[in-house]
Amino acid sequence: MNHPVTTDFDRRDRDWYMDKLVQLVVFVSGISAIVFVIGIFVFVTKEGMGFIFNTMDPVEFFTSQYWEPSDEDAPEYGILALIAGTASVTGLALLVSIPFSLGAAIFIGEFATGKSREFLKILVELLAAIPSVVWGFIGLTIMNPIIIDVFDVPVGLSVLNAGIILGLMTAPIMTSIAEDALKAVPDRYREAAEAMGATRWQVIFKVVLPAAKNGLLGAVLLGVGRGFGETMAVLLATGHSVNIPHSIFDPVRALTATIAAELGETAVGSDHYQALFTIGIFLFAITFIINLTADLVVRGVRNG
Amino acid sequence: MFAETALNVRDKKVQGLFRLIFGMMTVLLIIPVLVIMGMLIYKGGSVISIDFLFTAPTDGMTAGGIFPALFGTVWLVAVALLISVPIGIAAAIYLSEYASDSWFTRIINLAIINLAGVPSIVHALFGVGAFVVFFGFGTSILAASLTLAIMTLPVVIVSTRESLQAVPQAFREACWAMGATRWQTIRRVVLPNSVTGILTGVILEVSRTTGETAPIMFTGAVFFTPLLPQSVFDQTMAMSLHLFVVATQVPGVPEELPFGVALVLIGMVLAMNSVSIALRMYLRGRKKW
Repeated sequence: MNHPVTTDFDRRDRDWYMDKLVQLVVFVSGISAIVFVIGIFVFVTKEGMGFIFNTMDPVEFFTSQYWEPSDEDAPEYGILALIAGTASVTGLALLVSIPFSLGAAIFIGEFATGKSREFLKILVELLAAIPSVVWGFIGLTIMNPIIIDVFDVPVGLSVLNAGIILGLMTAPIMTSIAEDALKAVPDRYREAAEAMGATRWQVIFKVVLPAAKNGLLGAVLLGVGRGFGETMAVLLATGHSVNIPHSIFDPVRALTATIAAELGETAVGSDHYQALFTIGIFLFAITFIINLTADLVVRGVRNG
Repeated sequence: MFAETALNVRDKKVQGLFRLIFGMMTVLLIIPVLVIMGMLIYKGGSVISIDFLFTAPTDGMTAGGIFPALFGTVWLVAVALLISVPIGIAAAIYLSEYASDSWFTRIINLAIINLAGVPSIVHALFGVGAFVVFFGFGTSILAASLTLAIMTLPVVIVSTRESLQAVPQAFREACWAMGATRWQTIRRVVLPNSVTGILTGVILEVSRTTGETAPIMFTGAVFFTPLLPQSVFDQTMAMSLHLFVVATQVPGVPEELPFGVALVLIGMVLAMNSVSIALRMYLRGRKKW
């Protein structure tokens, strides 16, 4: 007897098609992040391209300290002073935030216990949520008079002000990422070290910190990226004058703040408008490299 | 008991010292911010009243309330959420339930990190180049909300993925063993078990979106408009931009007014974060596995 091959077990019913449809939808959403990142690059480049190919003198752009785009006769497009502004503010901010946030992460992750640890973590999370425009406002209205009083300087909007504000802003973010990195170190490392008679601080310095090294470096890098790209806070707290700073009391102007302050007054497609987009491309490229490096560094620890 | 040796005593002292140093660092990190918050409340508290919240600015924005800005922020956030929450949750479902651990998944993750790391002002440039100019939405709520949605998408994706992955694999396997498809498993087992977690992420996104200023400055929010928005193609005022404007752009503003605006803005953001945290703690306390 020969049975013909039957297909009564065809599973392609309504549920099967639904399943495939959902798979397609979530896949498309999954790759949307890639599409958006490429989209950002394409559209920002598209708007800035005319300037790069026609008007821009690359050497002048990166080495001139004169940013005078609204000069009718001879507009100058040099971003050196803006780079110096961003770098000085971010540098000072990191000087404030790296030691404090690593210290806080070690305290929360390794020393604090139970309720107090929970409380500190929540506090850090809430601090990280304060919007940047509020930080800028704090720099403008609260830090400014304090700096004038304490240091006896004529203006309180300066590298110092913006650096402190940005430091306070990035510290909670760095703290929670660094704390995650410490938490990622397996407990058996600590237990093994303690079983050998190591004290708490020996465990932290000789075992936990070396093991979490890459994660901590990743936290610092993400902090750098965050400080570098911050806009509203530095717009309000730096004093916003194009200037290569000679002391921390000098006002400066940041790359991001320049775009925020000037984009509204430019005509779409003008040289000035395109120059601002070119700064945007530069910012995008730098943060892309920082994020890529942070990712590679953090990955390194997982594979190694 | 063992007698304490000199070494033990020294170790204890060193440990106590480090505990003190790191504890001080934590406190020094938190205290200035608490002091600043106290000053905000002290200076801005007197401004806030029901009238302040529900009337429009008057006298060239030097008096009156903030209602159009509050109303505009609600619009911007609502439209941004309508766009980013479905995409974000779907993307998280893909990453948690479908994607294998491959180079392709790694590129998606890298893109998410980058999307979160790109400066907000670059998102603003993108919004102008893409939505305002190229797609021709003009400066409108739609353009601003699209920009905000793309910027805050990583918040939803990352938090949703985490809560999906917290559902034990055994739940899925049990469901598959009953003959359910992947989607049936996700809808009947995975999502119901992670919905509170997803909600905490969404609330966090609302909070982020509320506070953002740079991305909406050139895409849809304006300094002042007497009209409340009627549709997504209108311009609007927004809380975050309003704070910037009254703090820097308007002459003759009484000193306390911007403090009041800042206080309302920060109150909204922190309230939402607190709800999100409370929800998470409730969830953890209730967890059965």
